[in-house]
Parts: sequence; structure tokens; C-alpha cells
Amino acid sequence: MTVTVERSACTGCGVCVEACPFEAIEIVHGIAWISPACTDCSACVEKCPEGALSQPADQVQGEKPRARWEGVWVLAEQRHGNLARVSRELLAEGRRLADELQVQVAAVLVGDQVADLAQDLLWSGADTVYLVEDEALANYRTGPYATACTRLIEKYRPEIILVGATHLGRDLAPRIAARLGTGLTADCTALDLDPETRLLLQTRPAFGGNLMATITCPNHRPQMATVRPGTFTPATPDPKRTGRVVREEVEFAPSDLVLQVVQYVRKPSQGGGIENTEFLVAGGRGVGGREGFALLQELADALGGEVAGSRAAVEAGWVSKERQVGQTGKTVRPRLYLACGISGAIQHVAGMQGSEWVVAVNKNPEAPIFQVADFGIVGDYRLVVKELLEALQESNTAYRKRSTG
Amino acid sequence: MRIIVCIKQVPDTSQVRIDPKKGTLIRQGVPSIINPEDKHALEEALRIKERCQGEVTVVTMGPPQAEKALREALAMGGDRAVLLTDRAFAGSDTHATAQVLAAAVRKIRDWDLVLCGRQAIDGDTAQVGPQLAEYLGVPQVTYACKLHLEDGCLVAERALEDGFEKVKTRLPALVTVTEEINSPRYPSIRGIVQAVKMEIITWNSRDLGIEQGQAGLDGSPTKVNKTYTPKPRGEGEVIPGSPGEAARALLARLRERKVI
Repeated sequence: MTVTVERSACTGCGVCVEACPFEAIEIVHGIAWISPACTDCSACVEKCPEGALSQPADQVQGEKPRARWEGVWVLAEQRHGNLARVSRELLAEGRRLADELQVQVAAVLVGDQVADLAQDLLWSGADTVYLVEDEALANYRTGPYATACTRLIEKYRPEIILVGATHLGRDLAPRIAARLGTGLTADCTALDLDPETRLLLQTRPAFGGNLMATITCPNHRPQMATVRPGTFTPATPDPKRTGRVVREEVEFAPSDLVLQVVQYVRKPSQGGGIENTEFLVAGGRGVGGREGFALLQELADALGGEVAGSRAAVEAGWVSKERQVGQTGKTVRPRLYLACGISGAIQHVAGMQGSEWVVAVNKNPEAPIFQVADFGIVGDYRLVVKELLEALQESNTAYRKRSTG
Repeated sequence: MRIIVCIKQVPDTSQVRIDPKKGTLIRQGVPSIINPEDKHALEEALRIKERCQGEVTVVTMGPPQAEKALREALAMGGDRAVLLTDRAFAGSDTHATAQVLAAAVRKIRDWDLVLCGRQAIDGDTAQVGPQLAEYLGVPQVTYACKLHLEDGCLVAERALEDGFEKVKTRLPALVTVTEEINSPRYPSIRGIVQAVKMEIITWNSRDLGIEQGQAGLDGSPTKVNKTYTPKPRGEGEVIPGSPGEAARALLARLRERKVI
């Protein structure tokens, strides 16, 4: 059974801390926090002068309650009934972590009429899907979403929670972490486990990608991390995978619902977007202008790919913001990344180093981009790109001749 | 309208370089600036004040040198500046930082709106805003790229990956803004002169009622285990020759490896 803290009643007086025989209670930002060391002896429940601590029996609905924090959770992201790809990426990584810890993976699916997405989550690696459906959850809103997730977390006590570092995830995860009084690591690019302590090792870039830091959350549970989209590869959906879908009811306070979504305006990007393409032709400051980007677009078209830009190129207005690669832009991992006139500042490299093959074309042989490239050409990108276009065209013509003749 | 703007003094990360031998950050000579998105938050606060009257209080947590950032904020038009500084705050993670800021906002007491930048360029976490909103128990709007007030309510446009959404909430509330929201003004000469003379209110942990273990390293659930500079990818091959030769050689290599 789990001791729960009624946050509005707790005064942080510390009587429970004294009462606990197992040193399992701390006062965290003025409110009692029950650590995983709790054995559910209920000594604190009796001592609390405010009646703020309880072990409600009705909290348990068909699920075996856990005294320990156990299991890996992914907070699935959906908007208007579409599952975000990052959720499946996180399930693949969550699966790996859970197998190493020998625990289960669960996904939390929150929304209105989203039950049909549960199957995707099971096929992509989840053992259990906790489903909360409510009209109040039709649009993403911090208040009710945070309350729904927090309730489930308090009830089932997972040890690790992964959230996509999207606009939605980066709005939601800190709110949940704050409510639980636990730690949160933003924008992780690698996750691992310490074999001795079972601690989640959360690696993230800092100082604009100049520095990598590995962060842990040793004394609080759950351990929470947001992960940049594109960091992990989703598993191929396996229709043979089965699992449970557990429906949960959550009640919301009026204060959860004060914010209203008035309007949603979709501005789809031209083309397919830079995260979902196999070939990216990227340009930086060295491209020199919009005309240069038109040339890069030609090459991208010839390869069947997309155009992207460095921060400098985006700030110069040569390419749109949603095509920015790097620390403050997007993380991409195409099959081929062709960098033209990009010097290779670490902020940029942070967003493209996961590419399978990197080709750099730059006038300056000392440009740092060559250090991360598999193939480099020192020279004017205009001339090289024109030659590439010509060569591609030649081979296409040759191919067509062969196939028709 | 009483607005509190939370700002952070950060090293200009675009000027941070790495010592190639030691693999460490060279922070010497790197200028300290007001975090860019925080400046946009301040600008938005000043515009709201100009439209519908009010008062703008600028708050920062940091070492005593962070006073410089506050003076700049006052020179831009802030009415009051509060510096939260204490050795006990050093090493705070986002949770502990939000705790200290929440204590300060509560101490200021009368406020309608807290504005923050979406994220700081040294940490890039975007967590302090939402965590602060939770501790204050108010609704939040993150990634705001447009903001106005309507019948005592706040209406904001929130940037999404594939567009934007318009949201409406009552006050008090907390909003984090992106750089698309406005272009921050430069301080006027008069502003700069006035700012030099203005008082900076300074609060330490005792003033804020922050207990030992609530802030700083001890009050931070997350711990930095290790830091390192990212490893380069390894040696690649530079393809020589004229642009024509190099381009053809490149395509041949990519085809050989079945990349294209």
C-alpha cells in the first residue's frame, strides 16, 4: 500500500519525518515527500496532526499496488488523435532500459477519444497502456494533462519516466516534476543505466552543445527525462505484441481547467520536413544568399531529399526556421547529410552528428565541419554542387537509356 | 498591471570556445549578457506597461555580479530590480532555482503576470518557467510568440512545431516567450543614467525564508555526474581534384557504399 500526501493539507511541520522509523520521509519544498524507502508501516499516517497522510484502499483498482518505484514509463504524445513519432522512439529506448532492469514498460495515453492509439503503443514496445480519456483532455492543456499524469505516477510509481522534448513535452514534464518534487533532465541525447545503482544516466548537451553533461537523480523518484525527437530509432511495429490497456478515471479541479485553447492554426511546412527525409542538403553562412539556397534545393530535389540550414542561414532569412538544424533547431539523422558552406560550430554539429553519412563542402580547409565528415571537398560549393547536379543528370540519362533501349 | 520579469545573466555561448588541448571550456573573456529570450520577456512587459499602465519588477538569481544585468534591465525601463543572491543558492538545478524565484515572487506579493524567456542559452532546459508556475499555483503559457490582454484575461499565441495555437487564461499567470514576440529596445542614454542611481533590492535566503537544503546543490534533485566535451566523429577522407573530378569521385564513393 502507498502512503499518499494530501498536498493542500500538509503544512510541512515535519512530525511525520520524526515518526517514520525508516527515514523514508523528507520535507521537500514545504511538503512531505515519501521516498522509495517507505515500507507502508503507516506510523506516519497516525501521527500527522493535519490528517494529510493516508493509505486509501480505493486507490487500488485491479492493479497490484507497489511500495517500490518500479518500471519504465513513456508519456505518449498525441495531438488531434495523431501519435507523435517521438513516442515510439521513446518506447524503443524504454524497452531497452526496462529489459536491462528486468521491469516492464508502460505508456501513458491521455486525450479524448484516443483509445485506438493504444494498439500502436503496444506494438511499439509497451507492455501496458494506461489510458485516460476525458472531454477536458481534447486539446493539450498543461493543467488537466499534468494532473492526469501525476495521479497515475503517484498511483503506480514508475522509477523512470521519459517524455519527448517537444513543445508539448517541454511544457508538461517540468510541471509534473515540480508537482512530484523530483528532478528532471531536459533534452537528453543519450540514456544509460548504472549497473550497480540502477540509476538512469541522462546525458545532455549544455552551453550550446559545447559541453556534454551526464546527470542523475539519486534521491528522488521518479527519475524524469525529456528526450529530443530523432535521438532514438523506433522499433518496427510488431502486430504480434500484445499487452494490457488499463483505463483510468481522473477528476480535475477547476483550477486545472482555467486555460482554454481558442484556436489551432496549422502551418504545414513546404515539403516533407527535415526530420523524415533520407537526404538532407544543408547550407550555412558560406552559401551567401537565397540564390545559393535555390541551388541547394535543386540538388535536394535531384536526390529526392530536403534542404536544411544552419542557425546563421536561418537568421539571415535564407531558409525558414523549421528547417534549422542544431542545438536551437532540430536534431536530424538522415542517411546522407551534405553540408555546404557550413563551418561546423558545435551548436550545429549537435543537431546532425547522428547522420549516417556526412559530406562537407567548404572553401576553408580548416573548417571544423571536416572533422565530423566522412567525405570532404575543399572548394567553392557552387561549383561542386553544379558538378554534382550534372553528374547525377548524366547517370539518370544513362539509366533511362539503358532501361528504355 | 503588475508584472514580474525573471531574467538570467548568462555567458554569451556563441563566444565560448574549447581549449583544444585540455578539452575544457574557455570562459575567460566571454562577455556576460542578459539571456536573449529574457530580454524579449522584459520588452513585452514594458510594452504592456506602456499600453495599460503598471509596474515592471525585474528579478534575477545569481552572483553579486548579476547586478549588471539588472542595471541594464532598469535602463531599458524596468521600475524595480531585485537580486536574489546567496552562497546557499550556488549550484541550484532548475527545481531549486524555481523554488528561490517562487519565494521571491511570493514576497513581492502583488502581481498579475510573471514573464520569463523560454529558455537560457547556457542550459537550454526551458524548465524554470513551468516549475515556477507550478510552485506559484498559476496557469502557464510556454513558447508564447504573441500576447495581449483582453477584459482582464490573457490571450497568447503559443508556437507549435507545425503552427500555433491561441490560448486564453485568467490572471495571475506565467508566460514564457520566444524571440519572435518582439524586438527588444536599446536603453536610452537617459535610461542608462537613471539606472545607475536606482536602488537594487537584494534578498538572501533568510530574507526569502529559504531553508538549508532547499536551494543550491543540496536542494537540487538532479546531480551532475560528469561533464565532457563531445568527441569528434573521426577522420574522414578529403577528396582532391577539380570540382568536377571531386564531385564525380564523391558520387562514386557514395554509390559504392550504397548511400545513394
